[in-house]
Amino acid sequence: MSVVVASGMPHLIAAPILLPLLSAALMLLVSERHRRWQAGLNVLTCLIGLAVSAGLLAWVAARDAPLAFGVYLPSNWPVPFGIVLVLDRLSALMLVLTAVVALSSLLFALARWQRAGVRFHPLFQIQLMGLNGAFLTGDLFNLFVFFEIMLVASYGLLLHGSGRARVQAGLHYIAVNLFASSLLLVGTAMLYGITGTLNLADMAAKLAQIPATDRGLLHAGVALLGVAFLAKAAVWPLNFWLVPAYAAASAPVAALFAVMTKVGFYAVVRIWTLFFPAAGSDHFFFGANAFVLLGLVTLAFGSIGVMASQRLERLVGFSLIVSTGTLFAAVGFGMPALSAGALYYLLGSTLTASAFYLLLELVERARLGGDEAALADNPDEGAPFVIEPAVLVTAPAGDVNLDDAEQPLIGRAIPAAMVFLGLGFVVCALLTAGLPPLSTFVAKLVMLITVLDPSGLGNEDSSPSIGAWSLVTLLIASGLASTIALVRLGVRYFWAPQARPTPRLRIAECMPIVLLLSACAALMVGAGPALRFTQAAADSLHRPALYIEAVLSARPVPAPAARAGLP
Amino acid sequence: MEGVVSIAIGVLGGSGIWLLLRPRTFQVLLGLSLLSYSVNLFIFAMGSLSIRAEPIVVPGMAADLLHYTDPMPQALVLTAIVIGFATTALFLVVLLALRGLAGNDHVDGGEDAP
Repeated sequence: MSVVVASGMPHLIAAPILLPLLSAALMLLVSERHRRWQAGLNVLTCLIGLAVSAGLLAWVAARDAPLAFGVYLPSNWPVPFGIVLVLDRLSALMLVLTAVVALSSLLFALARWQRAGVRFHPLFQIQLMGLNGAFLTGDLFNLFVFFEIMLVASYGLLLHGSGRARVQAGLHYIAVNLFASSLLLVGTAMLYGITGTLNLADMAAKLAQIPATDRGLLHAGVALLGVAFLAKAAVWPLNFWLVPAYAAASAPVAALFAVMTKVGFYAVVRIWTLFFPAAGSDHFFFGANAFVLLGLVTLAFGSIGVMASQRLERLVGFSLIVSTGTLFAAVGFGMPALSAGALYYLLGSTLTASAFYLLLELVERARLGGDEAALADNPDEGAPFVIEPAVLVTAPAGDVNLDDAEQPLIGRAIPAAMVFLGLGFVVCALLTAGLPPLSTFVAKLVMLITVLDPSGLGNEDSSPSIGAWSLVTLLIASGLASTIALVRLGVRYFWAPQARPTPRLRIAECMPIVLLLSACAALMVGAGPALRFTQAAADSLHRPALYIEAVLSARPVPAPAARAGLP
Repeated sequence: MEGVVSIAIGVLGGSGIWLLLRPRTFQVLLGLSLLSYSVNLFIFAMGSLSIRAEPIVVPGMAADLLHYTDPMPQALVLTAIVIGFATTALFLVVLLALRGLAGNDHVDGGEDAP
């Protein structure tokens, strides 16, 4: 496989963008009556996308730091003038994460949700195109364009299934995002006005030559960009839109949206590490303290929200806010080891949130008893794969003295479907709260150790700052808050109810959840290699000279005549 | 000229934000439109304002920004206008859908809605 990837480079870098675009265009030609073909094409594209992303990840991982960049010039123009796609460790990681989450959401949607409205599949692929493009692009304006592509598709997907709650949440979501996009544009224009370029690497290289009188303007432009990204990443106080919108979205869409908040985080990390790298200089990581502070407040806000949530879908939304807060606070410290832990946490927490969104749909359906009502609009489609409630034979209780009220419980079988839901809930709860032994626990442990001991184990002079202590306290407190809230909801959903019909689950809907949770388990088992990879990614993020050098040294492919030695 | 343009951008942006904070959906829509006008003007102005300067290189004139206007912001503005127009149209559709579903034009679907 590595040979195939190596021979396809650098053209393969464009594949994560072109593939969804092509597939969406083809799907638009297929009538809605042939949804089966659309679905097949969608699954095929997602599988190819996953393979390509994994191949790119392997390609990047196999190379040493100065060479671990793939640069592709789509229009074959020299670098600062033409647009450029850049693949590095961080973007490859995000591509794979997106592909895994997308495949799972799609498989879940195939069972049922794809029938809730029109044009689900093309919108899904366009959304993937926007996400992948935002991770790959190397210039500021295309970042804006891919953000818009991603958001426009997300507006459509959020409204998928319609209904008043979705339309109302969608209206707020669109208004907030349009406003944030305006800020993004203003910031981009200001940076262009100061530096005269839009290429991120070129811009970063030119920042050193900016006269002191223009520094204020530069900081204002970057701060505007930052506010736009923070709003999209759902950092307090710009996150009031997230919980209602994600709670209203249909389950597979919400699961896909879990990646979307991470795009804002990615953009901030990419731009800030490129622009404000050198530790010790006067503008070291401009706004880093603001990131730490806002991250900590977001973490606290999310924890309180988790505690206050009465419904599972709102709780998962707040847990996404908790993870955003953790990421921003951790990255704001500007320490490579801490960023490595944060990137590892990003993977685990995103997969968890997606799995949780899918699972809670099943839990909710089980609670409301069967899905016949929702299926009524499509009577011809039955439930092809139903887990028959397996009967666990329990020894009849003899003379055990029990309350009369509990009599009906004795000897009753625990249906396999309920077992699946319960176990899935427990695993998701452990992952959300960051309890041992799962991957988010490892991530939190890494972050705690690094933040408490910044200069390495056994060093005398390492004294954590107030910010570090706050991060430690809030990380642990947020875990506790999530545990309390999830146990409370778990009791209400799984223990307390008695006279409830056995839920009927479809294997097609359980598989994606199993897929996501096993990805989390793989992260836990492979924590060593995964952390080494995120460490390498964080190291190269904190040495932006490599990125700048890689992008600026890219040369367009010469024309055939020139290659043949002709003038 | 700089003064006039910046006042125009400021007035458009300020009115846009004020309308954005109003409770009726149509006001929000107009606010977003005004805001996007001001942002587009802002991008345009970032390429330095000039009168009677060519954006495309003419033979016999030195190719620098003294003789030409910067074509880049114009390209950016064109893209931003297209994207802004499309998203505004989409917002209008959602606005009408909410109007139909909720029976009024409040952004929360009713004065006393949560």
